Amino acid sequence: MANRIPRVPVREQDPKVRAHNFEEVCYGYNMEEAMLEASRCLHCKNPRCVTACPVGVKIPDFIERIVAGDIAGAAAKIAEDSSLPAVCGRVCPQETQCEGSCVLGVKFEPVSIGKLERFVADNAPAAEKVAAPKGGHKVAIIGSGPAGLACASDLAKAGCDVTIFEALHKAGGVLEYGIPEFRLPKEKVLKRELDSVRALGVKIETDVIVGRTVSIDDLMDKEGFEAVFVGTGAGLPKFMGIPGENLNGVFSANEFLTRNNLMKAFLDDYRTPIHAGRKVCVVGGGNVAMDAARTALRLGADTTIVYRRTEVELPARKEEVHHAKEEGIEFSMLTNPIEILGDEKGWVRALRCVRMELGEPDASGRRSPVPVPGSEFEIETETVIMALGTSPNPLISRTTPGLEVTKRGGLVADEAGATTRPGIFAGGDAVTGAATVILAMGAGRKAAAAIKDYLKI
Amino acid sequence: MLNPTICKMVVEAPRVAAAALPGQFLIVRTDEKGERIPLTISDYDRERGTVTIVIQPIGASTRLMVDAYSAGDSFADVVGPLGNASDFVHMSEEELKGRSYIFIGGGLGTAPVYPQVKWLHEHGVPVDVIVGARTKDLLIYEEELSSACDNLYMCTDDGSYGFKGVGTAQLEALVAEGKKYTNAVAIGPMIMMKFSTLTCKKLNIPIMVSMNTLMVDGTGMCGACRLSVGGVTKFACVDGPEFDGYLVDFDEAMRRSAQYKAEEGLANGK
Repeated sequence: MANRIPRVPVREQDPKVRAHNFEEVCYGYNMEEAMLEASRCLHCKNPRCVTACPVGVKIPDFIERIVAGDIAGAAAKIAEDSSLPAVCGRVCPQETQCEGSCVLGVKFEPVSIGKLERFVADNAPAAEKVAAPKGGHKVAIIGSGPAGLACASDLAKAGCDVTIFEALHKAGGVLEYGIPEFRLPKEKVLKRELDSVRALGVKIETDVIVGRTVSIDDLMDKEGFEAVFVGTGAGLPKFMGIPGENLNGVFSANEFLTRNNLMKAFLDDYRTPIHAGRKVCVVGGGNVAMDAARTALRLGADTTIVYRRTEVELPARKEEVHHAKEEGIEFSMLTNPIEILGDEKGWVRALRCVRMELGEPDASGRRSPVPVPGSEFEIETETVIMALGTSPNPLISRTTPGLEVTKRGGLVADEAGATTRPGIFAGGDAVTGAATVILAMGAGRKAAAAIKDYLKI
Repeated sequence: MLNPTICKMVVEAPRVAAAALPGQFLIVRTDEKGERIPLTISDYDRERGTVTIVIQPIGASTRLMVDAYSAGDSFADVVGPLGNASDFVHMSEEELKGRSYIFIGGGLGTAPVYPQVKWLHEHGVPVDVIVGARTKDLLIYEEELSSACDNLYMCTDDGSYGFKGVGTAQLEALVAEGKKYTNAVAIGPMIMMKFSTLTCKKLNIPIMVSMNTLMVDGTGMCGACRLSVGGVTKFACVDGPEFDGYLVDFDEAMRRSAQYKAEEGLANGK
């Protein structure tokens, strides 16, 4: 019986060692391990894992090819639905999606779908270059993050002439500036994924800020783009609105991570400055909070995560929480900052917090935290990193007439990604606010389908 | 070189030149390992596809820019234009009518004054300019500005050229002589913009200042450029860079600007 085989554990870098380097934490499966793990799949007739995947990867089908030892075949199967398997295998919240729906998980442990996807992506031969389609419909994609890449791939496969415009100097969006090297190696993994998107004929133009360098209307009227997809991702970092947030030593997680990841502050020969200090508090409980905390730790700081609910409610992937703990990060749960205290020179000295307890469930069904009166206390710290999500970037909406935004500033888009202007589509964090890589990819794919309809392909 | 420490560069960047407006800035990354350096645009030529930037070596990256790059070289990246254009660019003729401007440019900040002054002058708005520096050798843009404004006043702290004293003293002197200005704009070191604002408050002239804060991406993502304006947190890159001087918390902005000084010191030694 296949399900008698326990889930094959994955080899990882020793927590004590990796707490001091930026090399990848997880080594991934080798062929033997992958084939054994793949043999656990029950090949359900009605696979719930596929339904639970935002891009609908045909999971049992690719796993079947691993069992047969056909890695190239498995990769081709995944590529039908996902353009970033090496990324998704590493950063998707599998426990709430594919693996969370795996039938094996009811009685035993679910198939390690994420690790298998990663194995396939890392070991498949590089994609063959396809000649850029000539005379296809011209489509502009704004932003080279997960939403834009997924949308671009699907459109290129449909014969469109696709150009991605990226504001930063490197492509990848959050995969480049946000997710750290130890979770998603840039050269080994991300570059390869971007190369395979380029191999489909997609052009990527960096250093172009749509809304500043060029407007959407210019792209459509003067440069001949027939449709535009806006996948500009996260926007302005959110702060708590408590006293002391503009003290020196208070950073948004976006700034801290961008300095370290995009600008490579952790490497000696790069000139980017970064400030962690001896003691860092990270406020928030999502993946970004975990990434910021584990980065600070690797830069040599004692690091504490401050979160107002309990560990059960932490929105981060379970694996990240587990890794963070192994590495020695402290978790101060049911703790809410109320003020950041500074020294006489205006630098952070301490974080003043209040203890919380869980009260009645709110509209979302989550028990909302309420402060415990009289429980204020201080945590000594040199640096405070706010990882509270982002609010949408106003650049595109302000410079594109007719593009409506919601009360929260996100672009108004329907289920398929159509905005309030014909020919302009949107998806990912720019629409929903901060979410995950895979949800952004799902939105990119839906928009690609809508763009194909719009262009009558 | 415009003077012993300030260097002017004309950079080929057609997309940036085509879109640039007075008041905006751009970001340069010299090479793969460099920082993203925000610099105010000092001029643009849409036909030739060039933008002009003026640099003074302060940190490791600007030092490298001046020392290691000369005519004909390329930077790894030039991105922009960033930030909003000066408010008057979007005003109607009606709104501009009756306005008369005084600009105060301090040191390096004199260069980005130029496109604004030129724009106003071309649109028939009366505009005077005060340029200040410590000493004669450090004054820049005299020739360019003299043909782009109505009256140009050069000042040096040590009296080696023009008016002896700081720009704000020159402004007070002009107003005492009977000059009337409806609007002021100051661009220069934060301390100079702070004092320009104090002087303008005294003289009851509204003033805009261009906040050259720390920045990483410059597109509204990192929040490094945040500052308090009227008690509200704003982002210089998407909300600015120009703000109402009366509302800016300059002391906080100056403190925040020094945030990476210790690390910068290390980079300088690298």
